[in-house]
Amino acid sequence: MTVQAQLLPGTLDLLILRAVSLGPLHGYGVLLRIEQISGGALLIEQGALYPGLFRLLRQGLLKADWGTSENNRRAKFYELTAAGQKRLREETASWNRLATAIASALAVQPEES
Amino acid sequence: MRLFDSLRSFASSLFHRNEIDRDVEEELRSHIQHRADDLERSGLSRAEAERRARIEFGGYQRFKEDSREALGVHFGESFLQDLRFCLRGMAKKPGFTVVAVLTLALAIGANSVVFGVLNAFILRPLNVPHAESLYGLWRLSSNDMATSYPDYLDLRDRNRTFESLVAYNVTQAGLDTGSDPSRAWVDEASGNYFDALGLQPYLGRVFHSSDERGPNSAPYIVLTHAFWHTHFQDDPGVIGRVVRLNKHPFTIIGVAPPEFHGTLMFFNPDFFVPIVDHQWIDVNDMNARGDRWVFMTLGHLKAGVTPAQAIADLNSVGAYLERTYPKDDPKMSFKLARPSLYGDFIGRPVRTFMTGLMLLAGLILLAACANLGSLFAARAADRSREVALRLALGSSRKRILRGLFTEALLIALMGGAVGLAGSVVLLHALSVWQPISRWPLHMSVNPDAKVYAVALLLALASGLLFGAVPVRQVLQTNPYEVMKGSVAGTKRGRFGLRMTFQDVLLVVQIAICAVLVTSSIVAVRGLANSLHNNFGFELQNTTLVETDLNMAGYLGDKVPPMQKRMIDGIAAIPGVETVGLADQIPLGDTQPDSNVFTDNTSDLRESNAATDAIMFKVSPEYFQAAGTALVSGRPFTWQEDKDKPRVAVVNRVFAQKIFGSEAKAMGAYFKMPDGARVQVVGIAEDGKYASLTEDPRPAMFLPILQWPSNSAYLVVRSSRDPEQLGPAIRSTLRNMDSGLPVYIQTRFKALDAYLFGPRMATISLGVLGVMGAILSVVGIFGMASYSVSKRLREFGIRIALGAQRRELLQTALGRAGKLLAIGSGAGLLLGLAAGKVLAFIVSQATPWDPIVLGGVVLTMLLLGLLAGWVPARRALSTDPLMLLREE
Repeated sequence: MTVQAQLLPGTLDLLILRAVSLGPLHGYGVLLRIEQISGGALLIEQGALYPGLFRLLRQGLLKADWGTSENNRRAKFYELTAAGQKRLREETASWNRLATAIASALAVQPEES
Repeated sequence: MRLFDSLRSFASSLFHRNEIDRDVEEELRSHIQHRADDLERSGLSRAEAERRARIEFGGYQRFKEDSREALGVHFGESFLQDLRFCLRGMAKKPGFTVVAVLTLALAIGANSVVFGVLNAFILRPLNVPHAESLYGLWRLSSNDMATSYPDYLDLRDRNRTFESLVAYNVTQAGLDTGSDPSRAWVDEASGNYFDALGLQPYLGRVFHSSDERGPNSAPYIVLTHAFWHTHFQDDPGVIGRVVRLNKHPFTIIGVAPPEFHGTLMFFNPDFFVPIVDHQWIDVNDMNARGDRWVFMTLGHLKAGVTPAQAIADLNSVGAYLERTYPKDDPKMSFKLARPSLYGDFIGRPVRTFMTGLMLLAGLILLAACANLGSLFAARAADRSREVALRLALGSSRKRILRGLFTEALLIALMGGAVGLAGSVVLLHALSVWQPISRWPLHMSVNPDAKVYAVALLLALASGLLFGAVPVRQVLQTNPYEVMKGSVAGTKRGRFGLRMTFQDVLLVVQIAICAVLVTSSIVAVRGLANSLHNNFGFELQNTTLVETDLNMAGYLGDKVPPMQKRMIDGIAAIPGVETVGLADQIPLGDTQPDSNVFTDNTSDLRESNAATDAIMFKVSPEYFQAAGTALVSGRPFTWQEDKDKPRVAVVNRVFAQKIFGSEAKAMGAYFKMPDGARVQVVGIAEDGKYASLTEDPRPAMFLPILQWPSNSAYLVVRSSRDPEQLGPAIRSTLRNMDSGLPVYIQTRFKALDAYLFGPRMATISLGVLGVMGAILSVVGIFGMASYSVSKRLREFGIRIALGAQRRELLQTALGRAGKLLAIGSGAGLLLGLAAGKVLAFIVSQATPWDPIVLGGVVLTMLLLGLLAGWVPARRALSTDPLMLLREE
């Protein structure tokens, strides 16, 4: 049994944006960065990353360019666009609101009557 | 932005698919390599590391697909797939495709032809710069746009709201370029004409205000481009050439721009001459203030001037003229009118008719869409198994609908393309067609971008419309039910539902067809009736020879002897029975009229006139030659000339109106506006004079010897073939004077102008009617044969159980018959209402005519029979054994 948590639907995009916001990354790098910043708690199927990356690319939230990686291999590097930065801020705020709301809802103790 | 992005990615995905694919693959491979690098560092062999990396990556192909979809590649590809799929489907069912495409081609073709004409006549302004501010002056008292030349000069110089007021008159003149003298149509235009309209010459120069230095000071001709092309073979050397116009030398100074045909739509003059040369073109006094011979005045409003301001300004000039010339300009107030269609005079009927036609064409298109909708629905029903299977296999409904719409749009576009191509051919043919040979009438209806755009739009809209019909069916398909095999049950249920919708479509379509059939039969009947009218003259065996002695230089006293010579010369041609002469003829170009007064009126003011009568000046033999019967009295004699007391033959309406009865009229006197007393010596039958639809009106015939005129029609009665007679007459007249322009046509042909409107109406309604009928037949046929094919098994069982043919037929076609009856009934009622509108265009077009009603019912019955025949045969010839074996 794994202790890693399945991703909630829709959160992959947020994680990708967050990972890329810390500096340009290629696809594999994005994966490693997410693992690193989540403390290895989140499980992402490796291939599933790419449809997500391309979706963000197509929405204009990311931009990409071919370059050379630290392993001296050709790789495509992703960067946030201005629209991507804006989206990241919005999504983060809304995620925090949601998380707080759910956490407080779960924290409520049954009242004795 | 999003739309643009997706369009761009759609386009790029269509064209750069391979590139994108390579890109994606390289990136995914790079990922795996990087992972393998890490794994290798943790101590695995390279081969093992790569294997593990690939496994960890997950379903490579699936992620590649997903990636491509995320990039938008998928849409383009699936669109191509849909396209291929439906092209294959069409190729498999060419019959369906051909019927669908042709149906739509007919409907869209009809629409783009009608729209092309509408566009050219009504939407497209004149081919002059800033046509939107160009207005003509419409005089309210006479209810036309004519004016006298002195009035024009005053209006031009005294108004403050027009940039520059121009005047022109349409007339004919004899043009002699050295060889065959012929009649030409001339626009006599004021000197400022071209400058005010903002036109530059195509060649040479145009005339200007500065060329006008008194009467006959500017003997210049500016050719229209078309006339230059047809008569001077585009010869640029024509500039400076001297030709003779009514025997007077004129110099050709330029050619007008190609797209300019004068400012009157349809009517394309041959060339322009300065209006100051009027004395050389016609005999009337151009400076008489009371003679309103100038055809039209028009001009551009100054910038910022509203039409209301311009009218007020013109009316104040008018008020001044009223005060100054109370005799000639008793009432002078104006409104503004569009010059291109002579204000509302031609504009309104053309607009009304074209709008009506557009409406009908739209109905045809709707009917075609209804038809195709039913066809598509039927096909979708037949494919319900396929649809269910695809749904069961995980295809989305969206995807299936997209396939259906792709097919609909493809058919729509193909139909639109075929229809448009046909209509372009037709419009070009219309553009070069000259409907009335005597007049320079042209319909410049060449299609422009607007026509193409409308056709494309109509095609797309109709594709979406009929493509939408089977949508509900697909959305409601329950794959489980269909696949379970309870096909019959579910089908029956949806069968009922769908048919009710289709019923409505079919009824509407039949009704439209019935409207069209009714109106076309009404129009044809009306046209036929109006040709069998009593015109007050005979059409058969009559040839008209038109000459204008003025054009050949005959003036004053030289005219009557020449006219007598022409009459005698033609009368001597073998086979000619009688020859009459008339200055104008009934249903000819113009109908001169004059006020007449009772004999005891002494104050001959306009308001005291007893009536306004049409006036023909004729030779003694005219009545016999034209076939106008005298009901009493006698025709004139050659002895009744200027020296004898004035006499006249009047028609019956005239006699009754002035004298109370025909008996009292014989031998009685009436007065002309100049005070001359005229004695009635004969009474002629009534006739049609100015229009086929007019009510009987007073007319009088005066001896041409007592009222000379140099415009002359020779009416030749002969039973000889007009084809032989024409050349004989021409050579006879040429022998008398080689410079005499002669125009010969049969009396019947001369009615072309009057029959043009009714004919066009009849033809267009007829064409639309036939289209409507074809569509209805297809529609009924489709519905009946579909319902028969669905119930073949039932028929088989019924036949096996001994059902009678009549019962079978009733089951098979009862519904179609009922729909036909309802649709025809509704259409007939609507058609009767439409007939009232038609009566304005086609004389005596009344739908309350047993032949019309019977004709409509019969036509609809025939259509029903035609459409139902094949399905009925199929139902009757059902072989129960075959069907049982099939199961």
